[in-house]
Amino acid sequence: MQPDLLKFLGFQAQRHLRGALRRPGDIVNPLVFFLMVVTLFPLGLGPDPDVLADLAPGIVWVVALLSSLLVSGRLFQSDFEDGTLEQLALAPHPLALSVLAEIASHWLLSGVVLALVSPVFALMLNMPGQAIPVLMASLLLGTLCLSLFGAIGAALTVGLRRGGVLLSLLIIPLTVPVLIFGTSAVREAVLGYDPGSWLALLGALSLVGLVVAPIAAAAGLRISLEA
Amino acid sequence: MYFDSVNAALTMEGHGAFVWSAYVITFLVLAFMLVQPLLRGRRLARAIRAEQRRQAAELPAEGGGHAP
Amino acid sequence: MWAFIHKFGSPPWFFRFASTAVRWLLPVVIGALVFGAVWGLLYAPPDFRQGNSYRIIFIHVPSAVVALAGYYVMASAGLVSLVWKIKMADTAMRAVAPVGAALTFVALVTGAIWGKPTWGAWWVWDARITSMLILFFLYLGVIALFEAYDNKAAAAKACAVLSLVGTVNIPIIYKSVDWWYSLHQPASIKFTGETAIDASMLYPLLVMIAAFYGLFALLVLVNMRTELLATYRQSAWLRSELG
Repeated sequence: MQPDLLKFLGFQAQRHLRGALRRPGDIVNPLVFFLMVVTLFPLGLGPDPDVLADLAPGIVWVVALLSSLLVSGRLFQSDFEDGTLEQLALAPHPLALSVLAEIASHWLLSGVVLALVSPVFALMLNMPGQAIPVLMASLLLGTLCLSLFGAIGAALTVGLRRGGVLLSLLIIPLTVPVLIFGTSAVREAVLGYDPGSWLALLGALSLVGLVVAPIAAAAGLRISLEA
Repeated sequence: MYFDSVNAALTMEGHGAFVWSAYVITFLVLAFMLVQPLLRGRRLARAIRAEQRRQAAELPAEGGGHAP
Repeated sequence: MWAFIHKFGSPPWFFRFASTAVRWLLPVVIGALVFGAVWGLLYAPPDFRQGNSYRIIFIHVPSAVVALAGYYVMASAGLVSLVWKIKMADTAMRAVAPVGAALTFVALVTGAIWGKPTWGAWWVWDARITSMLILFFLYLGVIALFEAYDNKAAAAKACAVLSLVGTVNIPIIYKSVDWWYSLHQPASIKFTGETAIDASMLYPLLVMIAAFYGLFALLVLVNMRTELLATYRQSAWLRSELG
């Protein structure tokens, strides 16, 4: 790999991070969404701490999935609108790698932040303490998968006027394994078993995603640029 | 034939309603999937033929010059 | 070989092929479906545990098998259209999606109807049913994406990418759902080794599976032929073909 390429990718990632930090609302709003939806569950299910503790892994994971879907829809929006994407598609560097840089920086500001904040929500839902590190680990890996899959959907719908709901239709079926592996890992930890195999599966899935998603998303972006 | 009478085949020892409704729904859905594009294709073919005939009829008249 | 592929990719040739194939397949498929259904419904012996409700298997399993195979057909067509840019592959992909969705729907509905007398509930969240439901969502996603694009050439390419990603995912989804919950009886037809199902039930089932594959081919060809009529209505070759 030429050093030129690495520098280019580093520059891309920096550009995204800086752009996102200029609009802190885009980072904070998904977390507020997360908090609000988590609040809805005790209101709907009743405040019984035992019931909530039982359901907590599922609740936290489903809400994380939804909030990740919400933010990944706009992954390529600004680059598409201001023409940056066309420049990237014409650049001598592979579009898939630029996409990867974009996904990585997106993940840093959405998934990683979400995983860091998740203990608060877990404690609100009365999740036992020993499960919380596992919850964070599963969310770290899982949100990476979600960002990768979300990027494919975002690339295919970026040129469409009504992309929002459509994106969820495309992506939700693909995220089923992420949800299953993530909640299973947390549940095992809650019950006091070793969640290692589930976390390993999540890791394997992220590796598959890291290979497939940038290529698919790049192909999707080229189609969106043509249309 | 396994069943003794038409009635026995219809009731299937209490499971008739389930079995027959499953078959009826399946064949209705699949028949719709078959008939709908067939009819649309026939409509399209008829429209294409009609257009062809119309153009064939118009062609000699066009030789006399277009409308101003 | 290449000449054959070229012919297959040419709309006029394919139109002629589809018209002939539909004419031949239609009576054969309908005959096989009626034959298999009558055999399964009236002549096959009842299951010793489930009684007569098991007769739903003769439509449930074939529709499920073909619905799953249909997704791979669609993804293969997508791959062909992306790599070799053969137009007929786009048309094929577009034609498979609604057929696959309908078959998945049939598998889900017949499964629910079968579940009521067998498990006492219309819906059970077990591995296979849930996988089928997710397959249904995958089909709906492809259809929705196709409808969302105004430019239909781009729509076909976008659907090709989506269905290929889905193909990578299907075994993972299936496996994950399987681990998540397994309550179903283990797979009872195996083509290698001993079959756990009695011959008197297996033969009508195989007839119905073959008939459903034929039906799938028939429905896809009919859809493709209609699509060609709509796309090429201004072309000279189509007019001479119909004339």
